[in-house]
Amino acid sequence: MSVSTTWPAARGANRSRRAGGRPRRQGLLSWVALHSLGLALGLMFLLPFVFVLLTAFMSDQQALTATLWPREWHPENFAEVFTSAPMLRYLGNSLLYAVLATAGMLLSSVPAAYALARLRWRGSNLAFLLVIAAMLLPPQVVAVPLYSLWANNHLTGTLWPLIIPYFLGDAFSIFLLRQFFLTVPQDYLDAARVDGCSELSVLVRVLLPMVRPGLAAASLFTFLYTWNDYFGPLLYTGEAQQSWTLSLALASFRGAHRDTQWNLTMAATIVVMLPVILLFLFAQKSFVRGITFTGVK
Amino acid sequence: MTATITEVSAVDSPLTTDEPSARLRSKSRNRLWVLAFLAPWLVGFAVFFAYPLLATVYFSFTNYNGLSTADWVGLRNYAYLFTGDPLVRTAAYNTLWLVVVLTVLRVAFTLGVASVLARIRRGAGLLRTLVYLPALAPPVAATLTFVFLFNPGTGPVNTVLGWLGISGPLWFNDPALAKPALTLLTLWGSGELTIIVLAAILDVPADLYEAAALDGAGPWQRFRAITLPTIAPVLVFGVVNSIIFALQYFTQAVVAGSVASGSANMVGNSQILGYPSNSTLTFPAWLYQQGFKAYHMGYASAMAVLLFVVSFAFTAVLLRRLRGGARVEGVTG
Repeated sequence: MSVSTTWPAARGANRSRRAGGRPRRQGLLSWVALHSLGLALGLMFLLPFVFVLLTAFMSDQQALTATLWPREWHPENFAEVFTSAPMLRYLGNSLLYAVLATAGMLLSSVPAAYALARLRWRGSNLAFLLVIAAMLLPPQVVAVPLYSLWANNHLTGTLWPLIIPYFLGDAFSIFLLRQFFLTVPQDYLDAARVDGCSELSVLVRVLLPMVRPGLAAASLFTFLYTWNDYFGPLLYTGEAQQSWTLSLALASFRGAHRDTQWNLTMAATIVVMLPVILLFLFAQKSFVRGITFTGVK
Repeated sequence: MTATITEVSAVDSPLTTDEPSARLRSKSRNRLWVLAFLAPWLVGFAVFFAYPLLATVYFSFTNYNGLSTADWVGLRNYAYLFTGDPLVRTAAYNTLWLVVVLTVLRVAFTLGVASVLARIRRGAGLLRTLVYLPALAPPVAATLTFVFLFNPGTGPVNTVLGWLGISGPLWFNDPALAKPALTLLTLWGSGELTIIVLAAILDVPADLYEAAALDGAGPWQRFRAITLPTIAPVLVFGVVNSIIFALQYFTQAVVAGSVASGSANMVGNSQILGYPSNSTLTFPAWLYQQGFKAYHMGYASAMAVLLFVVSFAFTAVLLRRLRGGARVEGVTG
């Protein structure tokens, strides 16, 4: 994994003499201290994953004891996760929610972000402020009326109350896409307009090819948010087990017995985590660019 | 929202140009494009933001229960909220505890980690990946991870503490330590803010440091005199972001309570909610219980209005910061 090139350090050419500036004087000692600190930090962030993984391979009996390393390895725990609960159905529900929401977000939020970033009109600043306000609204504030709205349309118990809003603009994605759209030089868009392109073809043919990292980042964040969402699925599908997502199912996963079976619970935890971690490792660059674009100065 | 639309049409009213008709055509065409591009979001904003916000305020003055029609009860819900409900005090206290402790620790911790990351060269990429990875973990999965790590009997944390001769505490099962344990979980997953702060630190112009070094400033002085003031806007963002995050704190608290209590079934059983001893009962969790388990939707709406007022006050701080930069500044990263 060529991680070193994707993180912000890569563009920090201007800082080359900061970290390496005075190694001769202070020398080895501070280098060792700094890197020990770094190593400790790395372990602190990594070890929880390691313990989860090790426990997931333990036998039922060993998982009840205070040991850290599996005496014998039980990869079949992962198979048992899928047989002890309808995990494939939950996986399907999670994918349905995440994929449709991401598609809907792209269809609805890309044009809105374009209108906010690249078209000149009087209300655009106000509209942008409303986007931010919607983005920061706690979901619990509007839960009661929205729940009633969906209940009146007989859609509670399904994931549609969570999916449909993404086809009508997602505030965070509009915000993020707008930040990316603003980076394209105006000359490119004006040239296309002079050539007689309509605004739609300026958007599709000129702008979008130049902001692929932005599209990737918005898609990744939407996928991640919906995959990880707990409050939404709990609210609308809590009583309808056939519509549960993986996150919701994991919260009530216990294995076959009454007490928590940590080996199976940890195996289930890995099953739920793994897709987003793999997604991240494959698309690290887009994630990191997206994050640094959300940091509002 | 209506303001948005009227302002669009206001654009082409002053016709003081040489070619009014051509200008008008292009401007009204522009207006049509704006409307077309914004149409989905305008509908979404009206249906999923403006309407429910107004409806919440209305419901907060009624005895709405989700089924029968809502009858007007005046300020009764608010009276109960501020003087009657014994548990809402606990819930508000827990959420305020998180707002204060989480915000301070999250900003300080991410600043500390980012400062270390900014100076490390060897293995920097791998280290940054490790720091960011927990931020990706689904909150439910991360919470299960920590309830397991800190479980009093067999958890790795108390096992390691045992090796050191310390008998570990009950963590998620101890009312005094459940919120601190949730705080550790949140710090573990704060990699996103760390990366934002790191990017800001790396953006500080190097010549500032050079000038300071020539003046004989030590590392601490340079950090205080140069790094901190330059990245202050990002830290303000971090503070506001953390406050809004803490005000919404729901998933981790609810899942940790129900798993640690050993009866990990669906939320709603108020014996489980807030386990142990209501120490993890946050304001949004109590709102959820009141609105969607007890069907006191009018009362839950009054709680929602209070939550909205508080979180909007902090949102306004962020909006004010953005207002200046929104027009001219493009990339904010």
